[in-house]
Amino acid sequence: MQIIIGGLLVIGALLGLIMAGKGDDSVMRLHGSFILIASLGGIFALIKSAYDNKEKPAQETGYMDTVIKYGLIASVFWGVVGFLAGDFIAWQLAFPALNFDLPWTNFGRVRPLHTSAVIFAFGGNVLIATSFFVVQRTCRARLAGGVAPWFVFWGYNLFIVIAATGYLLGVTQSREYAEPEWYADLLLTVVWVVYLLVFMGTLAKRKEPHIYVANWFYLAFIVTIAMLHIVNNLAIPISLTSSKSYSLFAGVQDALTQWWYGHNAVGFFLTAGFLGIMYYFIPKRAERPVYSYRLSIIHFWALIFLYIWAGPHHLHYTALPDWAQTLGMTFSVMLWMPSWGGMINGLMTLSGAWDKLRTDPVLRMLVVSVAFYGMSTFEGPLMAIKAVNSLSHYTDWTVGHVHSGALGWVGFVSFGAIYYMAPILFGRKQLYSLKLVSLHFWTATIGIVLYITAMWVSGILQGLMWRAYDSLGFLQYSFAETVEAMHPFYVIRATGGVLFLFGALVMAYNIWRTARGDVRAEAGVPAPAAG
Amino acid sequence: MIRHATIEKNSLLMLVLVLIVVSIGGIVEIAPLFYLESTIEKVKGMRPYTPLELKGRDIYIREGCYNCHSQMIRPLRDENERYGHYSLAAESMYDHPFQWGSKRTGPDLARVGKRYSDDWHVLHLTNPRAVVPESVMPGYPFLAKTPLKYDDIEKRLRTLAMEGVPYTPDMIKNAKRDLLAQLDPDSDDADALIESYGDNVQLRNFDRQPGAPTELDALIAYLQMLGTLVDFSQYDEKANQR
Repeated sequence: MQIIIGGLLVIGALLGLIMAGKGDDSVMRLHGSFILIASLGGIFALIKSAYDNKEKPAQETGYMDTVIKYGLIASVFWGVVGFLAGDFIAWQLAFPALNFDLPWTNFGRVRPLHTSAVIFAFGGNVLIATSFFVVQRTCRARLAGGVAPWFVFWGYNLFIVIAATGYLLGVTQSREYAEPEWYADLLLTVVWVVYLLVFMGTLAKRKEPHIYVANWFYLAFIVTIAMLHIVNNLAIPISLTSSKSYSLFAGVQDALTQWWYGHNAVGFFLTAGFLGIMYYFIPKRAERPVYSYRLSIIHFWALIFLYIWAGPHHLHYTALPDWAQTLGMTFSVMLWMPSWGGMINGLMTLSGAWDKLRTDPVLRMLVVSVAFYGMSTFEGPLMAIKAVNSLSHYTDWTVGHVHSGALGWVGFVSFGAIYYMAPILFGRKQLYSLKLVSLHFWTATIGIVLYITAMWVSGILQGLMWRAYDSLGFLQYSFAETVEAMHPFYVIRATGGVLFLFGALVMAYNIWRTARGDVRAEAGVPAPAAG
Repeated sequence: MIRHATIEKNSLLMLVLVLIVVSIGGIVEIAPLFYLESTIEKVKGMRPYTPLELKGRDIYIREGCYNCHSQMIRPLRDENERYGHYSLAAESMYDHPFQWGSKRTGPDLARVGKRYSDDWHVLHLTNPRAVVPESVMPGYPFLAKTPLKYDDIEKRLRTLAMEGVPYTPDMIKNAKRDLLAQLDPDSDDADALIESYGDNVQLRNFDRQPGAPTELDALIAYLQMLGTLVDFSQYDEKANQR
């Protein structure tokens, strides 16, 4: 594996050099230099480790946890960056002067930076780190592939940096959640294949006869994301030295391909992968077995089968043929069942341990995340019904729905896993402070509530205003009037975002002190308030 | 009867089964769109973008306009009254990639062409609140000051032709000439442009300032043609029922 990684790095260095030297545009040259520097750094690290090994053969025993530690730090860092970018654009919608009339700071370029930073940079690093953590422990085997996990970590984060800087400099495919251009997509494909090999290789080395359920979900996430990524990013660059490409498909076919991808980025990146987290960290933290093995089998296969069909509900009443819309709606409604199967399995795992919610804020975070998962997977099928969608589509209701899932489910389950892993990875007995975890939990929860209630009201209000008629049969409101009506809700939403961001900063501080080995003097864990 | 334990003990088998299970939905829903003839309606008037419009569209994509503006009018009474005839699949048949959008922080733009004057667009794109006080749109004053780069325009047309957009070899060869001609209706090349692309091409100096073409020229040329191509007086709704 070392030789393959070394070969990939040499190829990367050469391609980076060509891009940096021969690129048609300044962004291509900049990204070429990023790839060149990263590849040279990788080659240097490989050679250095080879020399070190000659002097003192490294011990290949135990779990490979250093790369996970890096992944945890990257997750916290990108989380803060992504939340900050999101809150910045939220304030832009309330006060447009914050766009500063500049290309690099306008909403249209920063919004993809926000979505990619939270989904792929924060979420992706959490998924890679936790999957490496879980697969080793549930297989009782060290990660496969030697240095390959390091290649996955650094390669993935290089992809993030290329994607993010590209957006700000105006390089985008305009496909939501798949904005990076063709060369960044190729880089991610290589990294992802290595990721799959590491994961499969570790499964193959396992000392447990059964593959644990969390790994089913991680496996489905990795494989399906590979399929979605490759098909949705089919494009022809205008030249091999240009950062610009045109998507292979056009119009209606392109639209459905994109939302087949887009909805399953939710289904497999933000759901299946994070269910893997749920299935390991909740039983471990609660010290209870998973509620139902049978339910986990049924909801796993049902979930991955049904999710793929749900994409067309993003295209209700559009020029997509009706039969495809109806299929999408039907499967979206059916999807409610396996989603709640997962929720029930997660929540009921607490059977016999519910009292721990009062004393353990980390477990509270994990469990509340599952409650948010249940809520947004009920709201989703509801919004996929055509009659509801005719009101909700194109409005803030969609934005609120996404954020109840993203902040409540993905955010909280990730925070719980980070708090669980941090003392183990840094070799400490406990977290620096459980009180600060509690503070994080409450500020973030209030932030989410402000966010989603503001978006429910603004979304439904705007949807109703668009279709309101006056007594003479004319449209009652101009579009500009409906924009004006959004202002107070945009301020409330952005305020909720500040609270959520504050919580993440508290977490970053807590993790930093934990890494240093500090323990805050706290009079036990807060006792439950009266009642 | 296959026991689930068999799958749980074999990682390769699980990988293959997962791949099969997740492939089905996409194949059933997406593949027919490529061969069912009813997917794209029969219309008159559709043509590929002129080189200037294409550059404008690429700027629209670059600035992320799709984040806040849809280009897809739904067949709902209020939308048809606010924006015009509902959008047809045929109207985006040459759109690589599509720009239907998913959010209307600003209004739909599928039929914004010819609705406002060029002067309005110049003012609005430079400072949206100068003409719409309630607007939350960012200002794009830099577009008027940025010269349009079009040295790779032939490559852009050629790539799209490879993907099935009906650009002829002549259109590709003359892309630069056509781009400049659209900004100058009095030039000798204007007739050739209309000859190639049809008489629904709008020719004028879009950014209202003399001198070399700017990015604002291209973007306004794109906005002014949106939704203006299909001739709805000849559109047969019944024949295109799907």
